[in-house]
Amino acid sequence: MKRALSIIVSNEHGVLSRVVGLFSGRGYNIDSLTVAPTMNNEFSRINITTSGDDAAFEQITKQLHKLIPTYKVLEGCEFVERECALVRIGINENLAGLDSLLKSFNGSIAHSNDETITICVNDTSDRIDNFLKTMKKFNPIDYARSGSLLMEVK
Amino acid sequence: MINGSKMICEALKLEGVEVVFGYPGGAALNIYDELYKQNDFKHVLVRHEQGAAHAADGYARASGKVGVAIVTSGPGFTNTLTGVATAYADSIPMVLISAQVANSLIGTDAFQEIDAVGMSRPCVKHSYLVKTIEELPRVLKEAFFIARSGRPGPVHIDIPKDITATKGEFKYPSEINIKTYKPTYKGNPRQIKRLANAILESKKPLLYLGGGCISSNASNEIRYFIEKTKIPAVCTLMGLGVLEHDNPYNLRMAGMHGSYRANMAMSECDLLISVGARFDDRITGKTSEFAKLAKIAHIDIDPSSISKIIKADFPIVGDIKNVMSDLNNEVGNNLDFSEWHEILNRHENLYPTFTYQDSDEVLKPQWVINECAKITPNANVITDVGQHQMWVAQFFKFNEPRRLSTSGGLGTMGYSIPAALGVAFAKNNEVVLNFAGDGSFLMNIQELMTLTASNKKVINIILNNSYLGMVRQWQTRFYNERYSETNLEDVQPDYEMLAKSFGCDAYRVKSKDEFIKAYHECLKSPRTCVIDVVISRFEDVLPMVPAGAAIYNMILPQNLIAKDNK
Ligand SMILES: Cc1ncc(C[n+]2csc(CCOP(=O)(O)OP(=O)(O)O)c2C)c(N)n1
Repeated sequence: MKRALSIIVSNEHGVLSRVVGLFSGRGYNIDSLTVAPTMNNEFSRINITTSGDDAAFEQITKQLHKLIPTYKVLEGCEFVERECALVRIGINENLAGLDSLLKSFNGSIAHSNDETITICVNDTSDRIDNFLKTMKKFNPIDYARSGSLLMEVK
Repeated sequence: MINGSKMICEALKLEGVEVVFGYPGGAALNIYDELYKQNDFKHVLVRHEQGAAHAADGYARASGKVGVAIVTSGPGFTNTLTGVATAYADSIPMVLISAQVANSLIGTDAFQEIDAVGMSRPCVKHSYLVKTIEELPRVLKEAFFIARSGRPGPVHIDIPKDITATKGEFKYPSEINIKTYKPTYKGNPRQIKRLANAILESKKPLLYLGGGCISSNASNEIRYFIEKTKIPAVCTLMGLGVLEHDNPYNLRMAGMHGSYRANMAMSECDLLISVGARFDDRITGKTSEFAKLAKIAHIDIDPSSISKIIKADFPIVGDIKNVMSDLNNEVGNNLDFSEWHEILNRHENLYPTFTYQDSDEVLKPQWVINECAKITPNANVITDVGQHQMWVAQFFKFNEPRRLSTSGGLGTMGYSIPAALGVAFAKNNEVVLNFAGDGSFLMNIQELMTLTASNKKVINIILNNSYLGMVRQWQTRFYNERYSETNLEDVQPDYEMLAKSFGCDAYRVKSKDEFIKAYHECLKSPRTCVIDVVISRFEDVLPMVPAGAAIYNMILPQNLIAKDNK
């Protein structure tokens, strides 16, 4: 089962490895991870998406609460989720249909030169999965994903 | 302006530290130079850094204060990890200060560089790498605050060598305010009321007392609660001493090597009130069968411990001393659990708590422990890990908290000699009694030297069965007597000679008379003593719940089973 959680922590060194260590220590996989300071510079927000069984996940969230630098653990709440993906394709591919695809996924062209163009999309993680599937017909050379950025709806 | 090393000494002084255990080295030289110059507290040179951590741990358990250890970088630090993990598993307050290579060398694979904070992370409550002299006073203050508040635990401070020489202003904070760390001390009054009502409605309530009762010094409140309500109690290994041994409501230790009555009480109760206990698998056995008929109340200062293993119907987060005294005010006087007590008495009559078959041919470990408890009932007892540990838990009569120091959570062999050293520092002029097995005694034997060098007296009793007995017991019962790597017969040192070479008094005894004579001589001696007691080789710790079985499925002592069949 896919899960998302967002952890507000003190902005101090070593805190990310403390958080990540709780996952790796239980052999629990992290699917994606994003970190950056919050509006209040004292704190950072660590967003994690993962999948796995309930019991292990419950343990991890409890242990996250227990870390000294943890301010808040947000999980099981309603999140706005956004993930960014960059896709590089060759300029010589047949690019018919790309425009409308970009339009429907809120995408744009982030970079181009005489060999490649790089597309940027910004959407939920699931929709980005779909986008990347569709992009296959343009024979992408490479892509990069950011991991989910999360914020609770309050 | 003073340098970082002096700041460390000043902070320790301000924290009221009496003794630190440690071992010097290159990166710690500046710190050791300052230690040399001061007289505010004592530094004890251990003979192995693992010993420093265990000694700080023993000191903390016996005194209730924070234990402190100081070691050098690299191997000095890595040697402490077992001791730090041991303290973490049992929630023992400790501050470990390790020296680190200079900031400019960190990350270069410098001589004796190791990612100390990275390595201690999974086994400390919190850790710091000090990057600037400005933050050092605050970090030291926070470390002590975190170690002793909330659920206690070890805190690690890694200090680079340049910081220990750099000068700065020493302003020790008078108060600590960590926004992200606010332990809950007061239990929720509504939940406490709910629990008090549940007690009124229950017919078979049971208290289950763990080490948290000792950390929070809640023994008096708990004893009063029991006196008032007449609710019986079982305890864990870590909870021994919270109740007086002979308290009529003390059903004694439960779990894998618990008594029949205690385990049946757990299995049959209708309301289980866990107080500072964490439902360790050594207590619960098969969790799906554990306390199946009971509503569960769980009182703990650590919210992450509640409902971790067994779902709590009455979760109460708070300091146990506070919660129990609130509960004492809530709960009524007119409770009658006489039917429940009758049931428990029947269990006791069927299979009496902790019995053994004595012998005149060969010394029985239980007899030795009983005898020590008789002669020195107020001893401060330390155990190592193995069968002897369980026999001490079953047969020594603990009447007060903090009288037993033992590695419960991690089960660390080699714990006892250095821990006894720490206890000896905490309990000057009291009897300090260490029980070890022949296997575990050898694991940190070098600390006998520290005991001698510090003029401290510990009476060490080796219950010598020439086996790694606890493992041998499992091999006997579950591996068809294939004694893989557990037989120590003919491959042991002469413990008497070895102990003497460390400057201890030493004896090897094989009979009751010899033991009693040797024990009295130890009591008279000013020195650390070792009695190597030759005990029956194949004695098992019983009752025993096989791993993974329900706790009511106990292997009981033969003589009891025979009685049952009559
Ligand atoms: C450091 C460490 N290594 C291994 C073990 C596993 N272990 C638990 S009890 C035991 C045997 C202990 O033997 P001994 O000290 O002779 O005590 P006895 O059981 O005979 O009383 C062993 C090897 C452990 N608990 N700790």
